Amino acid sequence: MNGPVLLNRRGVLAGGGALIVSFSLGDAFADEQSAAPAPKPPGSLAQTPYLDAWIRIDADGTITALTGKAELGQGFKTAFQQIAAEELDVPFKSVNVVTADTRRTANEGYTSGSNSMKYSGTAIQNAAAQVRELLIAEAARRLELPAESLKTADAAVIAPDGRKLGYGELVAGDMLHVQAQPKSKLKDPATYSIMGQPVPRVDIPAKVTGGAAYIQDMRLPGMVHARVVRPPSYGAELVAPDSASVENLPGVVKVVRDGNFLAVVATKEYQAVKAMRALASRAKWRETARLPKQDDLPNVITGLPSQDTTIYTQSNPSATATKIIEASYTRPYQAHGSIGPSCAVAQSVNDAMTVWTHTQGVYPDRAGIAEMLRVPPTSVRLIHVEGSGCYGHNGADDAAADAALIARAMPGIPVRVQWMREQEHAWEPFGPAMVTKLKASLDGDGAIVDWNFEVWSNTHSMRPGGAGSMLAAQQMAQPFALPAPKPLPLPEGGGDRNAIPFYKFPNAKVVHHFIPKMPLRISAMRALGAYHNVFSIESFMDELAVAAGADPVEFRLKHLEDARGRDVIEKAAKEFGWQKGQKAPPDRGYGFAFARYKNLAAYCAIATEVEVNRQSGRPRLVRAVAAVDSGQVVNPDGLTNQIEGAILQSMSWTLYESVTFDDVRITSIDWQTYPILRFDAVPDKVDVHIINRPGQPFLGSGETGQGPAAASIANAIADATGKRLRDLPLTRKRIKGAIDA
Amino acid sequence: MMTLKVNGQDHKIDADPDTPLLYVLREDLKLNAAKFGCGLGQCGACTVIVDGKAVLSCVTPLLLLEGKKVTTLEGLGTVETPAPIQRAFIEEQAAQCGYCIAGMMMRAQALLARNSKPTDAEIRAELQLNLCRCGTHMRILRAVHRASHLMQTADASPAQRSAP
Repeated sequence: MNGPVLLNRRGVLAGGGALIVSFSLGDAFADEQSAAPAPKPPGSLAQTPYLDAWIRIDADGTITALTGKAELGQGFKTAFQQIAAEELDVPFKSVNVVTADTRRTANEGYTSGSNSMKYSGTAIQNAAAQVRELLIAEAARRLELPAESLKTADAAVIAPDGRKLGYGELVAGDMLHVQAQPKSKLKDPATYSIMGQPVPRVDIPAKVTGGAAYIQDMRLPGMVHARVVRPPSYGAELVAPDSASVENLPGVVKVVRDGNFLAVVATKEYQAVKAMRALASRAKWRETARLPKQDDLPNVITGLPSQDTTIYTQSNPSATATKIIEASYTRPYQAHGSIGPSCAVAQSVNDAMTVWTHTQGVYPDRAGIAEMLRVPPTSVRLIHVEGSGCYGHNGADDAAADAALIARAMPGIPVRVQWMREQEHAWEPFGPAMVTKLKASLDGDGAIVDWNFEVWSNTHSMRPGGAGSMLAAQQMAQPFALPAPKPLPLPEGGGDRNAIPFYKFPNAKVVHHFIPKMPLRISAMRALGAYHNVFSIESFMDELAVAAGADPVEFRLKHLEDARGRDVIEKAAKEFGWQKGQKAPPDRGYGFAFARYKNLAAYCAIATEVEVNRQSGRPRLVRAVAAVDSGQVVNPDGLTNQIEGAILQSMSWTLYESVTFDDVRITSIDWQTYPILRFDAVPDKVDVHIINRPGQPFLGSGETGQGPAAASIANAIADATGKRLRDLPLTRKRIKGAIDA
Repeated sequence: MMTLKVNGQDHKIDADPDTPLLYVLREDLKLNAAKFGCGLGQCGACTVIVDGKAVLSCVTPLLLLEGKKVTTLEGLGTVETPAPIQRAFIEEQAAQCGYCIAGMMMRAQALLARNSKPTDAEIRAELQLNLCRCGTHMRILRAVHRASHLMQTADASPAQRSAP
């Protein structure tokens, strides 16, 4: 007898023995068990192995799939519903997906790094497949038939004679409270009827009809409205709040002050806004000039003390160089710029704090809030509610902490905190400024023989876990210090994400200069360092191709062994109509770029056509053609939507965006001072071609397009103008300057 | 206390006259569609229709709305019986996070009401005021074209609308 060792005691009791004997999943495990350390089940099942942490079936047949990840507008809630329905063999509509909640779902850390499909999707897929096997086994026992003779369809197990047992009838007690086996009997992808289909998103109907869809739409009985008065600059100290005059304003319930943390609470929302403005205009702050010189940012960055690590070397002395090329690329601080400023609702009842938040990590954020409130984490519950798209660590966690701190001062009363536009723009943690320096040499055949890459960057995550990551905790009278920044470890990396070339070169060296000092508040922004590193590598590949007199696509293929990488490059080139020796129409250029995100996730190649107005310098992306391989596709339209969005958003970062500041304050505080893409610059056409890989692991897709889109556009601008721009953003002014130079 | 006509119904509103319409819609009338995005009239997330015109509700004080007709996304249709513009956005799956979408739809609706067959350039020019951060622009444009088509089909054959 094998397998049952992993079954939980309660599962054994519920199954009455026969279940275990006929539970076929154990066989595979037993074979591997003899080979020393027990293999873990895949995805997030490795950390949270109980099946009912992922799939629940009630006696009435209600089916729930649970995920510790947060829906941020990527659409994975729909994809997870497809996965669960497919592997359980139930109709799509019969599954309800529950997302991140510290009381209900697994701890899956942050929803980041394009990892939701890979970890949570894989966990749900395997848990659903194993639950289905358990249900078949239970039906086999009840029907006294061999499990192999039974089929499943439409949420029931069906015997050859037509007898049918519904999943709800079959589930008894804690039957699903068993640990997952390392291997699952997954369906043959050729038989999929729900996975692989462009199932419409479950959340869109409410969003286009005014349904309650966002944290901003929450209205709890007796809820009050709070606004925070943030300091005018980093580290400013509140000298005199003058709260007395504000307390008498209409509707004002309370002014909350804790050190440099200042907030006002009113019964109606606009009363809170007016009181906030009054409080802000009367508050006196002591500010210090501590920001670097914006116009000298690259030198500031490379001049800061750094911890230097050689993260990759490759050596083959037999290769000989004939031509050497060098270039440096820079990226400014850039903002997530969520369209909806951050928001949270908190309520303290009998010393138990509940916070509704659009954080990307309910568990780590709970730890931070509990530390800030100096209470045990178990007395704090965080529930994820969708917000406006965040694209990384925006003000969500800070707003959650603000709400908790204010709600503590108002026991029993639900408190809603809504940030203002200027607060989101000035206080969100920005995507870090970065500098890269590249040097490579070509041999006589135009092949790269030597590659040197250096990157200077802060960390790319200052997310909570500790209270000190959150503004409210930093600003309290007894403040929490900002935790020491740490570089994010490879292979995923942070500032060095995608710094190691995916191409094969005989000699290569990559150095990561990690800079602990953070002149501006920074943290994770979609794709982290990969955005700038891929922009640098793929721009430089084009510079080298020019030096080698080679076609950019051919040049890339010449240095790439990876078959799936080659496939997306060839697919994008073909669908774009890329031809060796091609010439774009006047004032237009063609560009190409490729990357495998993190060197281990999805593959993406993007070809673009850009038009440049030579008089004004204004660039316009005319069309983009992308090819993507994200492994097994769950929802092709969802994947396409992510890549389309990545191209448009990355284009906005690349052409327009930089955070501005003087020596004291952030000065890009709204859409006037931080312009982004508007409809006049939207391309004529964006095509996304998916290369499906049936049965292959999910690779995720949220961030894979950011780097290739940036470099492809830069390469097209260089093709159109004959000038290479290396400093992001590639603004109209810079292009004009390059043309006139 | 003033009377505000929203989605065909009169509402008695007890709010300061300088209160922006957005807050009245969201808080007093508990309507979700119009969104707070900037409060500065820069992003369009709060767009509603007032007397047929697209208006930024975050910078329009209540006192300017006496006797005017306000329409929000809720007034166009429901999940069960969606208006053409709503159908079109669902059919094109024209959302990522969706936060900007209600504002986009209202501005597009105002355009389609006065110009039932707008060109691509006209749609772009109209939506220039509205920001989307997820990069859903291509789908939004497709959805507005589709809505235009749906509206014409519906007008051409009214019998089809009442068919089961």
